[in-house]
Amino acid sequence: MQRITPTASPASRYGAVAIAFHWLLAIAIIVAFSVGFYMSELPFSPGRLKLYNYHKWAGVTILALSALRLLWRLAHRPPADLPMPVWQAKAAHLTHGLLYALFFAVPLAGWAYSSAAGFPIVWFGVLPLPDFVPQDKALAETLKELHGWLAYGLAALVLVHIAGALKHHLIEKDGLLLRMLPTRR
Amino acid sequence: MKNRLATILLAVVALTTASVTTTAFAQGKQAQLVAAQSELSFTSKQMGVPVDGKFKRFDAQLSFDPKQPETGKVAFSIDLTSVTLGAPELEAELAKVGWFDSKKTPQASFASTAIKPAGPGRFEVAGKLTIKGLTRDIVVPISLAQTGAMSTATGGFVLKRLEFKIGDGEWADTSMVANDVQVKFKLSFTGLAPL
Repeated sequence: MQRITPTASPASRYGAVAIAFHWLLAIAIIVAFSVGFYMSELPFSPGRLKLYNYHKWAGVTILALSALRLLWRLAHRPPADLPMPVWQAKAAHLTHGLLYALFFAVPLAGWAYSSAAGFPIVWFGVLPLPDFVPQDKALAETLKELHGWLAYGLAALVLVHIAGALKHHLIEKDGLLLRMLPTRR
Repeated sequence: MKNRLATILLAVVALTTASVTTTAFAQGKQAQLVAAQSELSFTSKQMGVPVDGKFKRFDAQLSFDPKQPETGKVAFSIDLTSVTLGAPELEAELAKVGWFDSKKTPQASFASTAIKPAGPGRFEVAGKLTIKGLTRDIVVPISLAQTGAMSTATGGFVLKRLEFKIGDGEWADTSMVANDVQVKFKLSFTGLAPL
């Protein structure tokens, strides 16, 4: 006799790797954003210098993990959409697309800002990263603004994403959120 | 009356100028620093990130014959308030008591104690470097090149910043700012005897 499990069938859930990427990057992005927001107001001090470097290292790590995550996502189909109005499905996909775009745009803008400001990134204090923009004060100011606004955009999209997930979980009670939670065996 | 006073003044000025000039000539080989073609820069490392700085104002007194290096003398002074780092907040920080303390000690200086030949066009200049009132012995290798009337000395050395209490207190942690600071210079002179 075939056992029918109460949880969704495998095809209706995200895979373990996708789930690991999702939560690891969720935590990394929230921490990097919070540190970035906090450190920019600090007066010059060793603490500020440390936070700036941690923030840059985190940003580059997020960029690298996002590249791996995108490759994984392209090679592995996500579960099919749950039944919902077309506009909601479209809005969800648009949010996902924009989130992915910003996973790359925010750290790249930060990296470029670092280079333009004349403080190249040395990943974890060990690996010097190349500068893909010249050292230029005016450019640095523009990139700083851009990095900030893109980060706020990412934060806003994360809120939309969380609100959507919670609406499905609490109002529609359709189990959508469970597809991204690790299973207990 | 006025006229006579002016004449006397003029005579005094002329005499003083003459005597100063004579003194300079008596010392011989006193070279002139060409500031526009000279550079004094340094690179420090902040958590592995190289940060370059420059001094805009410095002066050198050089009395040196490349054929008799042992008799030569170099004196160097650096205006620490003229530092540029490409970021105003860093420049403001560097002026503070824990770093250059440049309000109290605006000048750093170097005075040679011995110059030794070290191969063709190369010399080793030993001397005393004073920053923030702290004096340490250093040895600076230089190479000298001449094109026309211009002599260019290039060289560099590693300065241990904590020996001079540069970055004291909360900044003394060398995992944040490395102790080694690479100092580089290119000094152009006119009036130096040929190699």
